[in-house]
Amino acid sequence: MGVSVIVFGLVQLVPGDPIRLALGTRFDQETYDALLARSGLDQPLVTQYFGWAGRALTGDLGVSFRSGETVTSLIAERLPATLTLAFASILVALLIAVPLGTLSALRPRSVVDRVATVLSQIGISVPEFWMAIVLILVFAGTLGWLPSGGYVPLTEDPGGWAQRLLMPAVVTGVVSGSVITRFVRSSVLEALGADHVRTAQAKGLPARQVFTWHVLRNALLPLVTVTGVQLAYLLSGVVVVEIVFSWPGLGQLALQAVQARDYPVLQGAILLFAVVFLLINLVVDLLYTAIDPRIRR
Amino acid sequence: MQQVSAPLLEVEDLRVRLRTPRGPAEVVNGLSYTVGRGETVAVVGESGSGKSVSVLALLGLLPARVATVTGSARLDGEDLLTMSPERLREVRGPGVGMVFQDPMTSLNPVLTIGRQLVEGIRAHGEVSKAAARERAAGLLAEVGLPDPQRALDRYPHELSGGMRQRVVIAIALANNPSLLIADEATTALDVTVQAQILDLVAGLQSEHGTGVIWITHDLGVVAGIADRVLVMYGGRCVEDGTVDDVLERPAHPYTRGLLGALPDLASADDGELATVPGVPPAPTDLPPGCVFWPRCPVRSDPRCATEQPPLAVVGASGGGLPHRAATWCEEG
Repeated sequence: MGVSVIVFGLVQLVPGDPIRLALGTRFDQETYDALLARSGLDQPLVTQYFGWAGRALTGDLGVSFRSGETVTSLIAERLPATLTLAFASILVALLIAVPLGTLSALRPRSVVDRVATVLSQIGISVPEFWMAIVLILVFAGTLGWLPSGGYVPLTEDPGGWAQRLLMPAVVTGVVSGSVITRFVRSSVLEALGADHVRTAQAKGLPARQVFTWHVLRNALLPLVTVTGVQLAYLLSGVVVVEIVFSWPGLGQLALQAVQARDYPVLQGAILLFAVVFLLINLVVDLLYTAIDPRIRR
Repeated sequence: MQQVSAPLLEVEDLRVRLRTPRGPAEVVNGLSYTVGRGETVAVVGESGSGKSVSVLALLGLLPARVATVTGSARLDGEDLLTMSPERLREVRGPGVGMVFQDPMTSLNPVLTIGRQLVEGIRAHGEVSKAAARERAAGLLAEVGLPDPQRALDRYPHELSGGMRQRVVIAIALANNPSLLIADEATTALDVTVQAQILDLVAGLQSEHGTGVIWITHDLGVVAGIADRVLVMYGGRCVEDGTVDDVLERPAHPYTRGLLGALPDLASADDGELATVPGVPPAPTDLPPGCVFWPRCPVRSDPRCATEQPPLAVVGASGGGLPHRAATWCEEG
């Protein structure tokens, strides 16, 4: 409810007249008035809000000013691409972060740790678009190994799907992975110093068992939290990466909607992002209870 | 108590140096002692006197990055300090069981009690899960935990401090260790639970002939359970001997101070407790002479300021065990 008010209000703040933009050069007052009445934009804001929110509850997010398609179908069209990229990116991120963060924590202030720190700092600070362009130049341009962008569904062409997914997933994965690496390092370091690790060693457990069950297992909770946050961010569309790789995801859709003042699409997209965020938080909370018995009950 | 065979544990010239941001800290400085089979040796001293570090060093439980351990510690003739990591792993558990100080943090919060016991049992021999679980329940019953079968499936946070400490003790006893090290094992517990645990350990000791190192600063516990006492100060042993010798005829000014600081409920005198003025020396900055010299109320000998008095026999004692103290101060 609160979220829907904010979403609606923010979108109203966007300057510009959507209908004027939609008409473009074919402007005449009569069509304008007719469209205005049909879109409901001549109604008071409060009426507009309740109309929109009421319909949104039933799954009807309205019709795009620009294309005339329903917002739900527009979103449904983009969702697979976004889901694919988000989960591939989080996979890349975890594959980088867990080993690298763990190694850093096991040998703090060692060469490995310093290199990992520098790499993750670079990963966090290098702009995504730059990394994306460099990858395209090298792998699509010079080497010609991968297509420079686009998206094909997995069901149509698995090989092409994987080829096109690789670069965008690596770019976003490196960024998220750099953030997660820092968290893994600090939480493993903290878990290593816990008293119960010493108890486990004093029992005569093999080092690997001590590490898996008494260090990593306990470092999982912060990892789940930060991974959830990163996933929510990735699911709400990574605009820059989607544009550079012509990836038809929700970020691109939202950007186009802003440019066209396409209120219904923009509101629908933002509302979806908010819902995704809440859902992920719910899943993270449920995972907590599975991981940490102290949180149950 | 006459000792015929070789002692169970023979620690010789144990030294531990820790790297700290404020420079190297000499935490243990040439500690030598023995523990016989079935014998209880109490190690007493203030916080920071090197008690815990000296036993953690025996089991290689100090972080190798910061700790340098030298000397020797032979358990049944085998040096713990030079053995391979794999051999050390085998000794942890069946050779030496260790009970840690804080029951609130020494169990893993996310694993069940049963799991934490079972993994210790299964790390030292081919035991089926079911058999290990059976043994775990038996151990919990032995340490006096009510309803042991149900306790196996509970998590540490579902148990009280006293119950958790019993679990920690059960873990230490899981492989029938020949030496049990208890580091302030009962300090966090109330006196009734403490008494039960002391009884428990005494029972196990007479049953299995376990040697025990009991680290504490509670002299009441010492009087109750120990055969011999080792008083530590500034990482050194300043006095050792039988319980009677050390508690009743203390020779070192520090031991006397420690005993003087005990409240005496029996005496009508409601005067203030005696204290040992000052604080123990920082291990990064030990005095050149006797470690206790800066706080010593006696300072009878001029050598004390510049030389460390050696541990020397100070008196005859029963059972042929020497009573030694590192002091030049005459019997007061």
